[in-house]
Amino acid sequence: MNGYQFYWSIVWDSLPLLLAGAWVTIQITVLAFVIGTLIAMPMAVARQRGEGWAYRFSTGWVELSRNTPAVFQLYIFYFGLGALHINIPSYAAVLLSVSFNNAGYMTEIFRGGLTAIPRQQMPAARSLGMTGPQSFIHVIFPQMFKVIFPAYVTQGIWGMLNTSLGMLVGLQELSGATQYAQSASFRTFEFFLATALIYYLIAKALQFSSQLVFRLIYRS
Amino acid sequence: MIEIRNVRKTFGALTVLKGINLDVNKGELLCLIGASGSGKSTLLQCINGLEPIQGGEIVVDGVSVHDPKTNINTLRQKLGIVFQQYNAFPHLTALENVALAPRVVAKRSRKEARALALKHLEHVGLGSKADSLPSQMSGGQQQRLAIARALAMEPSYMLFDEVTSALDPELVGEVLETMRLLKREGMTMVVVTHDISFARESADRVAFLHQGEVCEIGTAGEVIDNPHKEQTQKFLRREKRQPLEVA
Repeated sequence: MNGYQFYWSIVWDSLPLLLAGAWVTIQITVLAFVIGTLIAMPMAVARQRGEGWAYRFSTGWVELSRNTPAVFQLYIFYFGLGALHINIPSYAAVLLSVSFNNAGYMTEIFRGGLTAIPRQQMPAARSLGMTGPQSFIHVIFPQMFKVIFPAYVTQGIWGMLNTSLGMLVGLQELSGATQYAQSASFRTFEFFLATALIYYLIAKALQFSSQLVFRLIYRS
Repeated sequence: MIEIRNVRKTFGALTVLKGINLDVNKGELLCLIGASGSGKSTLLQCINGLEPIQGGEIVVDGVSVHDPKTNINTLRQKLGIVFQQYNAFPHLTALENVALAPRVVAKRSRKEARALALKHLEHVGLGSKADSLPSQMSGGQQQRLAIARALAMEPSYMLFDEVTSALDPELVGEVLETMRLLKREGMTMVVVTHDISFARESADRVAFLHQGEVCEIGTAGEVIDNPHKEQTQKFLRREKRQPLEVA
């Protein structure tokens, strides 16, 4: 960066634009985290079962989501569906593709956690008259989340970073907004440095708030 | 009453139960004894439907356990079971362990469930441990917690699956004492045990299982002190050579 002059004031002027983008990023991150979690819980159970159509479905999902680029997954939801005359807004396409990716990774994280739980916990719960789903919700999953929590939060942050692909389908999330602002001003370094800082701050906020939730739930 | 009719149970090629016939009468304590692999624990797991059966029928108060039309979750509320490995829920306090099923299954209010849980914890002598996590409790305390947890569903029958086998010898006494307390209160109990002296002193009837069949059944005096079958005599001689610690 020999001789490059930084003009930070222009970033300052565009801050409302960047923050509006950051808000979209946060929305999609949180929603995709929740959607991914809700899909991954039954899929992890199905994966652990090791047979049946649900197992094959979950395995297919895990294989696709973890072994293809996230950008390819986004293109399938945006351009692929578009080619089938199913046109969805770029916001929905990013949300769906990040949720899809999250669910795949989280399934495997959860499955690892499930194997760490003593086999006898399930019959112990069922013997009290709890149904299978009740046993998972009250006995198995709380223990599982405790084991996998760090990896789970890391995936949530990874999902947030994946939302930056939104700029490729014209979504004004944080990266999209940055792309727009820098192309209008040609202050590339200023904008991308500022944006990196905002991503970092969001990631840290997610990490700290999740640790807080963890302590509240598990009293540790 | 529990009626066990010609029950067959196989794991693949292995036949574990070869046509068991047994009745458990209201208010009695029936001990199941026998060598490892004789099928006594498996039989217990079949009674509350944790294990499917391949033949015969188990009927609890007129309801067939393995009938697909039976609501097994409702039926299980009648059948408390306590396992060898305690299986306390490690993420919950003692009180929450006991209150969970009354709240989730019996749909009691949070407050009611807590009061009920405290009552049952006090019953087994764990009133002061209500807010402890299982990891902060001894094996004997965890096993009594498991008993309280089963009792909180107010079952008609209690099934005990070698509940003292995993305990340090000095902790066995407190669990047996809790079981004697339940017997005095008239609970119907089926107890799988290796503890011959507990069976002799507490059981109304003793059934000796051998290779998946009821080999001999009768009062403790008949089966333990005066066994007629050769297999029973052999088994008891072996058990006496390696006496188990009993408090």
